Amino acid sequence: MIKDITIGQYIPGDTIIHNLDPRIKIIITFVFITLLFFVGNYFSYLYIIAFMGLAIVLSKISPKFIIRGLKPLIVIIALTVILNVFMTQGEVIYRIWRLSITREGLYQAGFMGLRLIFLITGASLLTLTTSPIALTDGIEKLLSPLKRIGVPAHELAMMMTIALRFIPTLLEETDKIMKAQMARGADFETGNLINRARAMVPLLVPLFISAFRRADELALAMEARCYRGGEKRTRMKQLKLEFRDYGGMLITAAVCFLVIWSR
Amino acid sequence: MTNMIKTENVRFEYNTQSGSTSLALDDISINIAKGEFVAILGHNGSGKSTLAKHFNALLLPGAGTVYVKGMNTKDEKLLWNIRQTAGMVFQNPDNQIVATIVEEDVAFGPENLGIEPAEIRKRVDGSIKTVDMAEYAKHSPHLLSGGQKQRVAIAGIIAMKPECIILDEPTALLDPIGRREVMNTIIKLNKEEGITIVLITHYMDEAIQADRIYVMKNGKIILEGKPKDIFKEVETVKNAGLDVPQVTELCHRLSREGLKLSPDILTVEEMVVELCRLK
Amino acid sequence: MPVKVENLTHVYMKDSVFEHVAIDNISFEIQDGEFIGIIGHTGSGKSTLIQHLNGLLKPSSGKVFIDGEELGSKEVQMKKIRQKVGLVFQYPEQQLFEETVYKDVAFGPRNLGLSEDEVEERVRKAIELVGLDFNSISSVSPFELSGGQKRRVAIAGVLAMEPKVLILDEPAAGLDPRGRDEILRGFKTLHETQKITVLLVSHSMEDIANLVDKVLVMNRGKIAFFDTPRNVFKEADALEKIGLGVPQVTYLVRELRKKGFSVADCINIDEAKNELLKLFKR
Repeated sequence: MIKDITIGQYIPGDTIIHNLDPRIKIIITFVFITLLFFVGNYFSYLYIIAFMGLAIVLSKISPKFIIRGLKPLIVIIALTVILNVFMTQGEVIYRIWRLSITREGLYQAGFMGLRLIFLITGASLLTLTTSPIALTDGIEKLLSPLKRIGVPAHELAMMMTIALRFIPTLLEETDKIMKAQMARGADFETGNLINRARAMVPLLVPLFISAFRRADELALAMEARCYRGGEKRTRMKQLKLEFRDYGGMLITAAVCFLVIWSR
Repeated sequence: MTNMIKTENVRFEYNTQSGSTSLALDDISINIAKGEFVAILGHNGSGKSTLAKHFNALLLPGAGTVYVKGMNTKDEKLLWNIRQTAGMVFQNPDNQIVATIVEEDVAFGPENLGIEPAEIRKRVDGSIKTVDMAEYAKHSPHLLSGGQKQRVAIAGIIAMKPECIILDEPTALLDPIGRREVMNTIIKLNKEEGITIVLITHYMDEAIQADRIYVMKNGKIILEGKPKDIFKEVETVKNAGLDVPQVTELCHRLSREGLKLSPDILTVEEMVVELCRLK
Repeated sequence: MPVKVENLTHVYMKDSVFEHVAIDNISFEIQDGEFIGIIGHTGSGKSTLIQHLNGLLKPSSGKVFIDGEELGSKEVQMKKIRQKVGLVFQYPEQQLFEETVYKDVAFGPRNLGLSEDEVEERVRKAIELVGLDFNSISSVSPFELSGGQKRRVAIAGVLAMEPKVLILDEPAAGLDPRGRDEILRGFKTLHETQKITVLLVSHSMEDIANLVDKVLVMNRGKIAFFDTPRNVFKEADALEKIGLGVPQVTYLVRELRKKGFSVADCINIDEAKNELLKLFKR
């Protein structure tokens, strides 16, 4: 289940999408997500679909993988769709008990559903094609103008990198400790809410202890490798805008224009 | 011979949780020459890891002095120089890899030193090649085996161009294949790159491969010498909670039964030669 | 017969790009009271196999029987199986969580729903079985203990379930030679006095040679050998091909034979000593 979540996962590759400047990719994603709220009719979604499709094809990421990423969020999408189907006033076309389905409701539900799907797909495409470290680099660079007003851009980025680095390690560890306690008769699956919460103690305590120990050792290792904060630090990979980045911006701008124009 | 690491009468005490202190290092004076491969062998809690942390100023001696290439580790101005000269690899490979991509992790040290991007690139590619991880350069570290992770950690250190690498039980958490990979890498660095190696371990089969061994027990150095000289002291080594090779012990027991065998046998080949001589 | 595995196959992440056959149609039986060694390099399927024996993993196909009861069938309670088959994971000290040693060891028995008297009796017995002193240690926090002691407490936590079958996944990993010898000797004693069946996963051929009745050699999800250590270690070349080896003295005997000496197979130092004395002492 945990493994099904594709948001935050990264699939290495060497495509034009992978190689886009992370700053540009972040900006494009934000623009794209904002744009979703400007889509005025189903016809406009054609542009969105074309744009999304182009990005997916170029990224060479299997659509199956992207669909699987939607699965864990299916409940949210379904809820949105259902709420919209039943809650929208308008011309009634079908009645079940006290609930009525309206033409407008169906229209609205499809609309909102698509918006959510594209929103998730867009965001996951960003993380699927951008290594977490490039992502944090991009965020650090985008935030760096704010350093002057006291935003600790480097520290934030470092924290994110480390968090991302340790997520898989800690997930593995969770799995291992869970099994070890199950071998001692622990039960994580049945019982009421309170019992289940209490059953988590044998899992959480070792996990926290281990996380603190790891943090301690990591700090020592970083110190031994001469880490002393962001000052005087250089980067191996310099971010430099290339032709493809300008191309990406241009295409995005064009899609924005088309979507807003077709409202 | 120039000194790489030199300690003079080093003492170190830990504060325990109950408020008392325990003596981890008791009057340690050692000397490691440039280009040497030295193993520090000892049981868990013998103080060997504490000593290792003194070699790049992660710990400072309570009494006595530690010099790294002539630099006193107590001199704060020299701190970064010392850490760059004497790199350190730790036991748990998971807890020393910072980045989510192998090559980015290797770049972490040089980046901290403020080196030019082009030069970092060169060093990173070179280091990854040295540890035979070139095909994994763009991989995510958490999918690698323990031995591979540890080699990435070593690459991260050699990219800082240290003259000396201290490895604090680098194989304790690895399987036999991982251990072999890491040992081969260490020997290669020493023989081909001329890097001084200090290997902290409790595995005798690793220590045997060093030029010289220090054996620690309860915070003290109890033996010092070439592997052959160390392991012929079968009783002393075993008393320190350590192993000797099976053939060495066999040889020792056969000698006690009256067979005239040389006491400094470490390998199967040496034992075969020795037994052939006896026939 | 407490453990029986029939045509067991386990596939990880079936139908995905990451699909991986960890165990490939294996069958074997273990008799009551046997001391079994399991060897194989990392990724050979050892860990996957042992997790099937107490139902932490479910077979993709095939069956596992504990005491004649099939795991996964509706009538069999998982809790009962986990009580019968104790599993000590690698670095078990990482699973400690209670404030005191007593409470931590009592976790398993309490999960079994035993009375407080029974729990205490079991905790006391388990702590003593791992060679610790109940009175001085039971009210101490496990986190204040040394590494070796922590591990013993964690093992006591599994022993307190009073399993019939005890599975140990590299119980000596990370310990120094003395700690390793002590803990392994403890398992040998446990096996002899408590008559429990022990399955020991280890990377050390020397330890396997000294301890076990039979060795199960895993390679690429299949059983390469399942025989006494003496017979298995005759296959030095085959073992090396799958990334394993034999004890140093076994190699010594092989080399001596190549030089024309007539020596019998040896798997430990004592045997080698006696063989060589026969040969050289007149």
